[in-house]
Amino acid sequence: MGLLSKKDRQLITDPLSDNNPITVQVLGICSALAITAELEASVVMSVSVLFVMGVGNVVISMIRNIVPSKIRIIVQLTVIATLVIIVDLVLKAFAYELSKTLSVFIGLIITNCIIMGRFEAFALGNGLWRSFLDGIGNAFGYAVILIIVGFFRELLGSGTLWGIPVLGDPIDKTGLYAFGYENNGFMLLSPMALIVVGIIIWVQRARSKHLIEE
Amino acid sequence: MEHIELFFKSVFIDNMVFATFLGMCSYLAVSKKVSTAIGLGAAVTFVLAITVPLNWLLDQYILQDGALAWLHPSLVDYDLSFLSFIMFIATIATMVQLVEIIVEKFSPALYNSLGIFLPLIAVNCAILGGSLFMQSREIASIQLATTYGVGSGFGFFLAILAIAAIREKIRYSSVPGPLRGLGITFIITGLMAIGFMSFGGMLTGGDEAPKEVLVQNESTENENSIGDDKEEIVYEINNDIN
Repeated sequence: MGLLSKKDRQLITDPLSDNNPITVQVLGICSALAITAELEASVVMSVSVLFVMGVGNVVISMIRNIVPSKIRIIVQLTVIATLVIIVDLVLKAFAYELSKTLSVFIGLIITNCIIMGRFEAFALGNGLWRSFLDGIGNAFGYAVILIIVGFFRELLGSGTLWGIPVLGDPIDKTGLYAFGYENNGFMLLSPMALIVVGIIIWVQRARSKHLIEE
Repeated sequence: MEHIELFFKSVFIDNMVFATFLGMCSYLAVSKKVSTAIGLGAAVTFVLAITVPLNWLLDQYILQDGALAWLHPSLVDYDLSFLSFIMFIATIATMVQLVEIIVEKFSPALYNSLGIFLPLIAVNCAILGGSLFMQSREIASIQLATTYGVGSGFGFFLAILAIAAIREKIRYSSVPGPLRGLGITFIITGLMAIGFMSFGGMLTGGDEAPKEVLVQNESTENENSIGDDKEEIVYEINNDIN
């Protein structure tokens, strides 16, 4: 890998596991939970966050020496809000149905703490390329959790993946349903997202012991 | 009556934390002690009660399709609603800063208890979420918007107070190591959210408020709804609305 030095590569790989923005840094939970009933919505949300974080971190890193620190929060919010408006308009133009499903949660990317958190913690003190990598890395870490949660909720809740039935037809009783399997509609309700994330945290911390609290 | 209905709806049925997962970050981060949780809850309620009506005015007179007509008839074609994110967040950030300055000046005691939480609040999703839901649910008047703001804030207050109390107690129980701290908090929140879902029957389905329902249909509709003692309350509410 001539492109990335070892330190740079860590910026991308760390957030995927040991420094995951959702399960370890506890950032950006709000949107992660509300829209994960379907895999497709989770993926679109992840891509939106990836775009906003990648570009946003670069912009903030570029202007970090010009902006007085007293007004930096408003400046950061303006940068994020502009990027989010772009995402929102693109979604409305090319995936209208989906943008209806995501409704206000696209707008809430603005206050997604993961973005502000990385701006404050990283982009304000680092150069362009490293900030970009940090943004991308954290967005991937966010995406991993979102996709895992979306995968299980859609699979167990409605027996489909990306809207395609994978476990057979529940009405004609084909596939798994022939053996008496039933969809667990409970998984589609929003509280289950919390419990699924709780279980992910459990599994992750059981594997890497140093993350255990107290 | 409208106000009471909206208030209870935003506290229990559409609870910020349990129904829409807004304000989760600060909910998890600041709920380790009851006293700090009360501070944050009060600050969120305070800011929501100010920003929601303010953003309602913005939405009504500047952002909505044709909202600029009051300025000049020729401006009736403009639809600035795509600017709402940036306008809302700018209002919120400014208001938070302003509230901080005012509180510091006039009530140092309150400032000392709220102070550290106020800057956090500008990026609290519950605040922006309140304004965005206010916009998407097309709340009709500024009084209702205020009620909605206060109600959602109070819902957040209740939620964070409850979880902080539970977390203080749970420190003494033997939770499996990997679940300790964050994990168990997530699962408890999930269970509490399931509990809060039971409030859903409180106002017969909320959004389709039975305003248009004729009186003779009403008895049948009530029979279809949950068949316990809530039914009487529902019936009374329906009567009052009609």
